[in-house]
Amino acid sequence: MQRYILSRVIQSILILFGVLFIIFFMLQLTGDPVSLMVSRNATPEQIEALREEMGFNRPMVIQFADFITGAVVGDFGMSLRHRQPAMKLILERLPATVELAAVALLLSLAIGIPLGLLGGSNPKSVWDTLARGAGLMGQTIPNFWLALILIVVFSVNLGWFPTFGRETYEFMGLNLPTRSVILPSFALGLFTTGQIVRFTRSAVLEIKNEDYVRTAYSKGLSENHIYIRHILRNASIPLISIVGVQFGYLLSGSIYIETIFSWPGLGNLLAESIGNRDFALIQAIAFFTSLVVVALNLLTDIAYGLADPRIRYGD
Amino acid sequence: MILEVKNLVLRFYTFDGVIHALNGVSFDLEAGETLAIVGESGSGKTVAMMSLLNLLPVPPAKIEQGEAIFYDDKGQVDLLRTTKQERCRIRGGRIGYIFQDALSALNPVMTVGRQISESLTEHLGMTYAEAYKRTIELLKHVGIPGAKQRYKNYPHQFSGGMRQRVMIAIAIACNPKIVIADEPTTALDVTVQAQIVDLTRQLQKELSIAVIWITHDLGVVAGIADRVLVMYAGSPVEISPVDDLYENPRHPYTKGLLAALPRMDQSVRKLVSIEGAPPDLLEPPRHCQFAWRCSLVSERCWQEIPLPVETGPRHFVSCFADP
Ligand SMILES: Nc1ncnc2c1ncn2[C@@H]1O[C@H](COP(=O)(O)OP(=O)(O)O)[C@@H](O)[C@H]1O
Ligand SMILES: [Mg+2]
Repeated sequence: MQRYILSRVIQSILILFGVLFIIFFMLQLTGDPVSLMVSRNATPEQIEALREEMGFNRPMVIQFADFITGAVVGDFGMSLRHRQPAMKLILERLPATVELAAVALLLSLAIGIPLGLLGGSNPKSVWDTLARGAGLMGQTIPNFWLALILIVVFSVNLGWFPTFGRETYEFMGLNLPTRSVILPSFALGLFTTGQIVRFTRSAVLEIKNEDYVRTAYSKGLSENHIYIRHILRNASIPLISIVGVQFGYLLSGSIYIETIFSWPGLGNLLAESIGNRDFALIQAIAFFTSLVVVALNLLTDIAYGLADPRIRYGD
Repeated sequence: MILEVKNLVLRFYTFDGVIHALNGVSFDLEAGETLAIVGESGSGKTVAMMSLLNLLPVPPAKIEQGEAIFYDDKGQVDLLRTTKQERCRIRGGRIGYIFQDALSALNPVMTVGRQISESLTEHLGMTYAEAYKRTIELLKHVGIPGAKQRYKNYPHQFSGGMRQRVMIAIAIACNPKIVIADEPTTALDVTVQAQIVDLTRQLQKELSIAVIWITHDLGVVAGIADRVLVMYAGSPVEISPVDDLYENPRHPYTKGLLAALPRMDQSVRKLVSIEGAPPDLLEPPRHCQFAWRCSLVSERCWQEIPLPVETGPRHFVSCFADP
């Protein structure tokens, strides 16, 4: 297990260096980055001055080394627009995105697992129809469309939720979520919910034919006990990898959802920085997102190993 | 008498057709005795036993006829027509089941200790601490050294023989009256097989449990069983006390099985096998199912299904050739 973790850590670090490489050269590929950054009527002197300031007149290798050494300590330079370090802006927006992603994941699990379990344990029943329908719709309905419908129905017509923005409730120095997170997180978690329903359902259908489930029946255990302690427990191990991947996707910040709900998170910041051609910020967000995804994949693999005793106690 | 199975008929309704898995199985079981069920693979041994505890998937399985009366201290129950509560009480509590392949029959992600103790807490209403204590005792009882450490281990950390001991501990955990052992030693090597046989016999004496021991190997039966039921293609063909069966087999199929056993007194091991193959279970039985392979076959064998005839004390045979 330790060897396995070590090799996965090294692998992850290599992937992140690859990401940095791509981010750096992507900017170069766009041609002369300076010409993209200045306004159209800038004088050649102004352009040259900016080039000097940004260090774009140095040899490529030096620039890359500079970029990497900065990136390793989280320094991606200043945002042109905000005149602040890019990483600082990201960290300011992070809590909103984490809140949105975490609530979205919790909602997906809270809806997806019970529905998948009910569907898988009673095939062809009403529950199963519901589970299959939810799985299909979750994976096919575009989330921005659902977001708009939700706003119209629950915010505008029923007035249960605010139409946009993030409100928090301060408690012992923490900013706790309020109902303003419900609609955006439900819309954001739609696809994840669909995946979890489908996965849980098919895992239950498969596992309930296993020999050890028959053994559980032969012991005279109740159906509920068997479904929760034996079937769900075995299904939850492969579920870990789905949850890990999905959480990475949720955390990368959704441009659509955050824009529709004016949610002050990373997705919103990314949309803004693309509009502003704020390269330092775009690079920083791209790297940060990759970091989150790679780290979550690593954690998922470790959690998977810890959850499955056959791997945990393997060599 | 503790169990009386009468004319059990069971079919599987599959896409390929109707499988006539059991065609009128009858036998009885005395308290504390060991009944061996012998027959080649596919003859319906497992299906017959699982149907007693309602462990078969329905559909495809369907019990068409028969009854299985279990004589309990609380009166008698027909195992084929139990309510949900009765079923839960009897499974594990009154009848324990040891499965053939202990590796797949144990939950890979639950500790072995918990797999034993969960029936004690769920079933007998013990507290967690009581169940833990009892589980440690059970692990010791079935001969697993280092019970306290072993409690926390997972099935894949055990050897095949040790896993089968765990299965035995699960089967006897709630002091059942009957234990069904479905080929518990088939997957094990010979020395371990002998240990498991010894353990079962020892536990049976101590706890006075009736054991139904399923095997396809008549060779191990002599050392274990009081009586033997021989199954062929879903029908019982002969049932007899074990000594009488070895000395005086009546059914041609039983004779064939005994002749096929490797014998100590033969210097050259000559393996005799019965010619032919068992019949297609997709065809409903219309006559003696052994007729195709029988050397003593007569006209009548192709027309009627033979009924059991008593040919000696507690010795029944279903054959026209040897009444
Ligand atoms: N779930 C099932 N679906 C369809 N047929 C089955 C099923 N289980 C067992 N059978 C059939 O029932 C017959 C008896 O099987 P089984 O009792 O397992 O034999 P044995 O234990 O004597 O080797 C076999 O022909 C087998 O194919
Ligand atoms: Mg079998």
